[in-house]
Amino acid sequence: MADTLRMDRMPHIWCPGCGIGSEVNSFADAVKRSGIDPKKLVVVSGIGCTGRVAGYVNFDSMHTTHGRAIPVATGIKLANPELTVVVFSGEGDLAGIGGNHLIHAARRNMDLVVICNNNFTYGMTGGQVTPTTPGSAMASTTPYGNYEYPFSLPLLMDACGATYIARWTSMHSRNVTQSIEEALLRKGFSFIEIISPCPTLYLRRNRLGDGVDQLQNYQDNSILKHGCDTRETAIDYQGKIVIGKFVEKNKPTYLEAADKCNIKLVGDDYQLYGKTIPEREAEEKAEKERIAARRAAMQAEEDAHNGISHESPVASVAVKNAPVKTAKKAPSKIQAKPVKKVAAKAKPVKKAVAKTVAKTPAKKVQTKKAAPKTTAKKPVVKVVKKAASKVAVKAKTAPKKTGKPNKTRK
Amino acid sequence: MKTVTADPKGVDSGPHFMDGDHALAEGALAAGCRFFAGYPITPSTEAAERFAERAPEVGALFIQMEDELASIAALIGAAWAGQKCMTVTCGPGFSLMTENLGLACMTETPMVIANVQRGGPSTGLPTLTAQQDMMQARYGPHGDNMIIALCPDSPQECFDLTVEAFNLSEFYRVPVIILTDETVGHMHEKVVIPPADQIKVVPRNNYSGPKEDCRPYKFDSKGGHPMVRAGDGYNFHVTGLTHNERGYPVMTANQNKIVVTHLMEKINSNADEIIRLDEDQVDDADVVVVSYGITSRIAVKAIQDARKEGIKVGSLRMITIWPFCEKRIREISAKVKAIVVPEINYGQMVLEVERNAGGRCKVISVNHCGGAVHDPQVILDAIRKANQ
Repeated sequence: MADTLRMDRMPHIWCPGCGIGSEVNSFADAVKRSGIDPKKLVVVSGIGCTGRVAGYVNFDSMHTTHGRAIPVATGIKLANPELTVVVFSGEGDLAGIGGNHLIHAARRNMDLVVICNNNFTYGMTGGQVTPTTPGSAMASTTPYGNYEYPFSLPLLMDACGATYIARWTSMHSRNVTQSIEEALLRKGFSFIEIISPCPTLYLRRNRLGDGVDQLQNYQDNSILKHGCDTRETAIDYQGKIVIGKFVEKNKPTYLEAADKCNIKLVGDDYQLYGKTIPEREAEEKAEKERIAARRAAMQAEEDAHNGISHESPVASVAVKNAPVKTAKKAPSKIQAKPVKKVAAKAKPVKKAVAKTVAKTPAKKVQTKKAAPKTTAKKPVVKVVKKAASKVAVKAKTAPKKTGKPNKTRK
Repeated sequence: MKTVTADPKGVDSGPHFMDGDHALAEGALAAGCRFFAGYPITPSTEAAERFAERAPEVGALFIQMEDELASIAALIGAAWAGQKCMTVTCGPGFSLMTENLGLACMTETPMVIANVQRGGPSTGLPTLTAQQDMMQARYGPHGDNMIIALCPDSPQECFDLTVEAFNLSEFYRVPVIILTDETVGHMHEKVVIPPADQIKVVPRNNYSGPKEDCRPYKFDSKGGHPMVRAGDGYNFHVTGLTHNERGYPVMTANQNKIVVTHLMEKINSNADEIIRLDEDQVDDADVVVVSYGITSRIAVKAIQDARKEGIKVGSLRMITIWPFCEKRIREISAKVKAIVVPEINYGQMVLEVERNAGGRCKVISVNHCGGAVHDPQVILDAIRKANQ
């Protein structure tokens, strides 16, 4: 960890029980596991408690103005497309003051990873209401309870065209790591929301105990629904929290679309910053190979540590794919019947998914195809399965509540 | 300042008939700017359009951002990722940009911002001229800071000064603002773009030494400190908080003194190097007209007429607006009866003139609230009054 964090900046400013520390931990872990070149990684934050992340990670980092992390990150990515650019900030920064930038970066499919720490409060300024604070919650600026309607960030991002959307809580740190790792290795706009406790302000003001109590709440109330219709991801005060990977689809990024337009105009010798498209593609391919090699080496090391021997090295695993144990199954079949496959695979969520499909109009199902497809292709590692089985137990005890789509959102 | 010749790819050499806005974009391309983020706003839009049109063939990137807040934020990112970058706007957009203009000053990020001024306040006169953002350019961002601002009076100067703006910006690592106006921006004139080998540009200076010695900043009140580029492996940290030379936050009164003194003094103590003035018949003058931008071209007519009447009048045109030519105004004020300051606002730069004249001579303000340029007769009347 010491090489991914600026140890000379410790101790950090975050309170005991705050979720940001574990998110940074997951992030550092994900960077390592992803195999990307840390020299080519830039972390950008806005203002607030989460805004301080940039100051503690040992990569090129920028701590910008309130809400402007995404446009700064956009400038970095477009000025040097070789860089992997991560925006790490809070919901007040990203969806409040920076909301306009968030929606437009998603619309453009800007090649950024946006990690949003959502703790329902402006922590740095003393616990004011944010755009995601659930109804009735207390905040310093809603001293008699919140009466605004909150954003559901996955729904917002889905509407704006984000090509990867996941939500976890601070309790699901291994899933957070997994999601960040996936996002670092894919192209396009990735949005990862992490519901997290703010013990000092949100929890205390609402008399919800400390960080650990809130983690227990996340454990009790999280519902894993990969590929879930994002219209069903609203969060009520201390209510159920739908988690999982909701969207993963491919479409050209901003730069890919720009390249396509410009090559038509200028011809094959079109260059951006002095490099032709084939030159840039070759560099990208070489980098992907280096990443694959690093991942293979790490996997081999891990296997050696665990005493597993492989006949062939894992190098054959495609760069973007996490080691898949069920890879024997033909992916084309999975693609053919995506929804059923998911339903069959992820038993615990069967009811919920089936309901979702039944309730949503055919048009919506079509557009959603991509999400279940990729979910099936890349089953989230063991941890998720465990989490899922836990949820299954929960679901049995209270199946009606968990399966219900949010009525108020009609 | 170490210079190299311009990259011919961005230089559209030869005589052109173009407006000031287009000349801004051409100047940027000639200076090596390859990143432009902007938002449409009259009367500056043509510059963005020109850059967008030229970007593919030059190998540059143009992006229309969602607003001006984002445009200047993208420049900050692009600059730290190694590109020379520019945006254009006018009053309302410039107001939004002042937020991250402060961040750019604090983080010593080179960039060029052209403000093609229009009449205000608020939406004001979107298609009509003004010179009302002179003080906003200097004092817009909160906190103490210092920028450089240049003021072209013709499309040709829009080209020339954009190249110079980039050079100053790269050397002093400071946002440079081109304060032009709607009249110059929309005026079509002959613009001669020289061959690339005759255009001197300051190349981006990126740090390349050992990692342990890497410092994104040096608080020595000088220019010339190298940038650190993202992706070069130095793990730099940039923050808007008061910071040390390593870039780490240090929030104490003493550190703020060190940082802010440096930000101001790297410009102010080098003012003699930076400031460019255009003087005419000042030596024997009893009255000097101090003007800038389009107003200086109106003043020429008034000065000629006054000379015909036998009034000894000279002209001082400020090409560099900020830092202000304090020393020269002090010198002139000791020798002349009066200084006349025509400007298309209700008295902004005249305050600087008055402050530096220090009561040694009369200072006469010739105001215009925007929407048109002065009638030369009004300036002539002021010169006559000044000569009494």
